[in-house]
Amino acid sequence: MSRQLIKGNEAIVKAAVLAGCRGFYGYPITPASEITEAAAAYLPRVGGTFLQAESEVAAINMLYGAASAGVRVMTASSGPGISLMQEGISYMAGAELPCVVADITRAGPGLGNITSEQSDYHQVVKGGGHGNYRTLVLAPHSVQEMADLTALAFELADRYRNPVVLMTDGFIGQMMEPVEFPQAAVGPRLPKWAVAGTEETRGNLISSIYLNSDELEAHVRQLEAKYEIARQRETRAEELYMEDADVVLVGYGIVARILKAVAAEARAEGLRVGVLRPITLFPFPTLHFKKAAKRAKVFIVVEMSNGQLLEDVRLALNGARPVEFLSRVGGNVPSHEEVLAFVQAQARCCAESEQVAHV
Amino acid sequence: MSDEVEMQYELAQSRSKTFYANFDRKDELQHQTHYCPGCGHGIIHKMVARAIDELGIQNRTILISPVGCSVFAYYYFDVGNVQAAHGRAPAVGTAVKRSRPGSIVVSYQGDGDLSAIGSAEILHAANRGENISVIFVNNAIYSMTGGQVAPTTLLGQWSTTTPGGRKAENEGYPLHVSELLGALEAPVYIERAGLGDNKQIAQAYRAVRKALENQVRGLGFSLVEILSPCPTIWKMSAVDAQHWVRDVMEKTFPLGVIRDRTKEAQPRKMPEAAVSTSEIPQLLGIEHEGPAESHAAPFVRPKTTNLQVRVAGFGGQGVLLLGEVLAEAGLDAGLEVSWLPSYGPEMRSGTSNCHVRLSDEAIDSPLVVRPDVLVAMNEPSLHKFYESVRPGGWVLYNGDAMPEGCDRSDLQVLARPFMQIANQLGDRRAGNMVMLGALLECTGALSQETIDKALGRMVKNAKWLELDKRALAQGRELLRESLKEVCHEG
Repeated sequence: MSRQLIKGNEAIVKAAVLAGCRGFYGYPITPASEITEAAAAYLPRVGGTFLQAESEVAAINMLYGAASAGVRVMTASSGPGISLMQEGISYMAGAELPCVVADITRAGPGLGNITSEQSDYHQVVKGGGHGNYRTLVLAPHSVQEMADLTALAFELADRYRNPVVLMTDGFIGQMMEPVEFPQAAVGPRLPKWAVAGTEETRGNLISSIYLNSDELEAHVRQLEAKYEIARQRETRAEELYMEDADVVLVGYGIVARILKAVAAEARAEGLRVGVLRPITLFPFPTLHFKKAAKRAKVFIVVEMSNGQLLEDVRLALNGARPVEFLSRVGGNVPSHEEVLAFVQAQARCCAESEQVAHV
Repeated sequence: MSDEVEMQYELAQSRSKTFYANFDRKDELQHQTHYCPGCGHGIIHKMVARAIDELGIQNRTILISPVGCSVFAYYYFDVGNVQAAHGRAPAVGTAVKRSRPGSIVVSYQGDGDLSAIGSAEILHAANRGENISVIFVNNAIYSMTGGQVAPTTLLGQWSTTTPGGRKAENEGYPLHVSELLGALEAPVYIERAGLGDNKQIAQAYRAVRKALENQVRGLGFSLVEILSPCPTIWKMSAVDAQHWVRDVMEKTFPLGVIRDRTKEAQPRKMPEAAVSTSEIPQLLGIEHEGPAESHAAPFVRPKTTNLQVRVAGFGGQGVLLLGEVLAEAGLDAGLEVSWLPSYGPEMRSGTSNCHVRLSDEAIDSPLVVRPDVLVAMNEPSLHKFYESVRPGGWVLYNGDAMPEGCDRSDLQVLARPFMQIANQLGDRRAGNMVMLGALLECTGALSQETIDKALGRMVKNAKWLELDKRALAQGRELLRESLKEVCHEG
């Protein structure tokens, strides 16, 4: 089986085409532009559609159109562009249209800068558009996962008829690592609800309007029921050195890679440090946290945003264990040294409190 | 009866089979529309339905309903229906058509929807010449929301947000969308019609039919603007409102053909048939070798590999490529590898660096914080990363000698004018390969065969490949010589 060295952003496109994606409508933005460029190269080759739209607003509405027509479709953007797409994402969730949106995050607010932050968490995970809806959110931390989770994203989008966001930072988008792609491609399939310009699909309607309050309430409850099923079936997290961990490091994207290196070093020093990495940010892997809280003494959330992931970790733990927090923003990455020093201090704290307990 | 009156009568009295027999999607009054008496939408709906009947395209038609009074067009049309966000119908229609080229896409929009919030989407759909038909119903006001000013509102016209009448100083002038789009190259057909009298109605129908027929023939973008009465918001009787279209609106929005290239337009080529899924991996450049074939040249690792490299220099010195060759070769050797470029603002302002890791084991962090080898192609890069090099590590520096202040005793150093050396070999741009040669020699990380294989894959130009190979050999030689010097001195 051969692996190929490839950029994260390009891996997304190849994986998407293999997963049956035949439509890409995008608008350039650093650090996500390679996705749009790769899509421009590959989609036409397989008989798919690529179009650079006039804006992110138009791009997401083109996804609405292509998804209505029953095509697996995606776009890619970053912070400011995702903000503009929120209208369309809300409409797609309301109309129960599947699509995949890749958000290769940058720093904000406003124009911010093009370096990596994780400050899109709230707008992506909590839903930045109007109305009672959620998007399913996958957070790759390697190039292999960019490919694997893209394939999963298309499956989940179709299964739940809902937008799925692949959210990671510029590091994972820009870096190259070896990737093994699936051997077989998935062919396009026409969902029975689509509007395809045929006699069989003539009776179909794609819409998010429910004029009657009772009908809209029923619709919203039905969406909630879907999200509840997703909570039960789709949560994913990676656990590393968690069997006996006193100190649990929590992070996603590039931060998780740093945490793995720090945990290895801390283990070499004899500290019982583990890593709990959410792979699905919505649905959040709450059960993994509850399980970890049975043994662990303290959780350390490390993120390149100002306490956005932190909120979900606190909700998941619901006060069961203290949660410490290390944050860098502006495009600064928490350094190996500063995370390690923070972990060492917390581990000492744990050890001391243990001694006190023994006395 | 004149022809016009006859057509008007027929439109008013007949019922197209493209309409549902009963409007089941409505909550109540399922035998009648939700439109007000005297509203233009009813007759325009009939025109669209009749054109669909006549062209025999009911099964193929997909109607994009807008936001506004015609938001519920899908109550009535027995075709495929997609309801779009405010202003976005042309973007939605674009992708529906491109996804299903055999469908007939009718994008139906009012003037608030199309000319205000959707001005970008209509402009670009028209400019791309999307093969769709746009029915643009202009009643010079926002009706659904209760009568606010629209870009198309006439000067002096009352609205709830221009209580003293529209003034050019405050709201600008009525927007002439059709003329605006008529200035573009791509549209095939644009006409403004009206519902002001029977004659106008008859002409409006011919325009609607032509707009749809153009799409059936694959000719491209067609738009029909129809001046349409809104008795409710205009606070007029149905008859007065119709007269107002003819007597007042038409003065601001003259009727007529604005663009007609249907005679010279060539039908578009239908997209080629989709490729078979079995061909796709190959089309994406994904090859799956059999297991026996992999690693044909067995690579013997001299020792456990865990190499962390930082490469830095000016843009154009081949910083990223050096790292890429190293990573590619590492992959060929069966190692885990990562290559992470700096991509910040420096990408544009001239400096560049990358992190490369090669390891027997899974790579935790791709960020190289304490490199085993620093390849510094210029002095600022040297200063930036010098202190981070792991004790016992190597610094390869493109300069005659190490600058002042760079005097750590726990490092091994090779300072040479690598770019100049490459220049003597044939091209200074091969300087990165001279440095890579030195790196390979000092680390012993990879065999020459794996490097040659990776290089052969990445450098397609035979002349460059030959130069790069000589550059690599020269780099190895420079490092070996420097070690001899050290031994000699020692």
